[in-house]
Amino acid sequence: MKHNTEQITAIKDLIFRMADDQLILGHRNSEWTGLGPILEEDIAFSSMAQDKLGHSQALFQILSRMGETDPDSLAFGRKENKMKCCHLVEYPIGEYDFSLMRHFLFDESEALRFDMLRNSSFEDLSHIAWKFRGELKYHTMHAEVWIKQLSNGNDESRVRMQNALNECYPLALGLFEPSDFEDILIESDVFPGEKVLQEKWYERVSMILSKTDLIIPEVTDPAIAYGGRRGIHTEYLKPLLDEMTEVYNIDPSAEW
Amino acid sequence: MSIKSIDPRITREKLPEENDITPLKEIHHWQTYEVFHQAKTGDHHIHVGSLHAPNSEMALILAKEQYARRYSCINLWVVKTSDICRTTNDEEEIFGTTPDKIYREAGGYKVMDRINKFKQK
Repeated sequence: MKHNTEQITAIKDLIFRMADDQLILGHRNSEWTGLGPILEEDIAFSSMAQDKLGHSQALFQILSRMGETDPDSLAFGRKENKMKCCHLVEYPIGEYDFSLMRHFLFDESEALRFDMLRNSSFEDLSHIAWKFRGELKYHTMHAEVWIKQLSNGNDESRVRMQNALNECYPLALGLFEPSDFEDILIESDVFPGEKVLQEKWYERVSMILSKTDLIIPEVTDPAIAYGGRRGIHTEYLKPLLDEMTEVYNIDPSAEW
Repeated sequence: MSIKSIDPRITREKLPEENDITPLKEIHHWQTYEVFHQAKTGDHHIHVGSLHAPNSEMALILAKEQYARRYSCINLWVVKTSDICRTTNDEEEIFGTTPDKIYREAGGYKVMDRINKFKQK
């Protein structure tokens, strides 16, 4: 299907949001490499962080083909206010309970998002949605087993997981901050929209959590973590970008 | 004074230079599982290594990334190491007669010669 200029702008916005989420969370989760709780989990969590960077790379490549600059410049050359990631992915890794809970809430939404994109009228997106389905399925399996394990563990692990959920859940709602282009994406069959995704996500997350004693916290203001999609970020993004782009910025024209 | 490392993640944590980390006691270690992987349909599962896990569900999740990320794999088995029955080292003698009795090996029958002869007919 051919898309018009207005639709292309909307599609680019959607891809930037997805790519930036994957890039920033991939970088965050890679901070656990070498510091993970046990060797086996260190390897698994690092591998999944690497997968996320791979997904963001594939998305930046699509943007390049759509007329944006090269993938490296897109990943490392943009200022904070041009980034469209949500606040959830920007937070420091904290303790392992926080990182696991974020991994669970984020990857469930990402897996469902890619599920929905398999039927997208924008072929590049439907293509990678098929390509990455195996990796995303493993990511959610991994997250669900850990959540079940620790939430049904002893009192300490249950309390820690509940606290992590209380902290992550309101931030996770920022994943679904509607863009200005929702109607265009929906009408052109590119993507069914953030609202539909959020409903599916809530259903899935509550189903998994119902197998534990964890309680989803009440959120009075669902827009509390909005802003990321419009370039308004937490205090944590700038230091992350500085660290991530330190080597790149020494000589952005260097060939690797 | 806190630890200064070339790894920014370590420096950022502001860890005291002297710390009293006590090593885990034996009882706090997870048990080990043996991992078997099947490369394609119809193949035997082959032992590829072992790993630590608190239960079989976790063992499968962790085995996938340890042993099936870089090789083709369609199925994984995990078995608690302690569930495997084995012969003891001093029982090794019971295998001792095998190398002497070459007629027990399939190769000893020279069947291929006869098959090849038959094929040529």
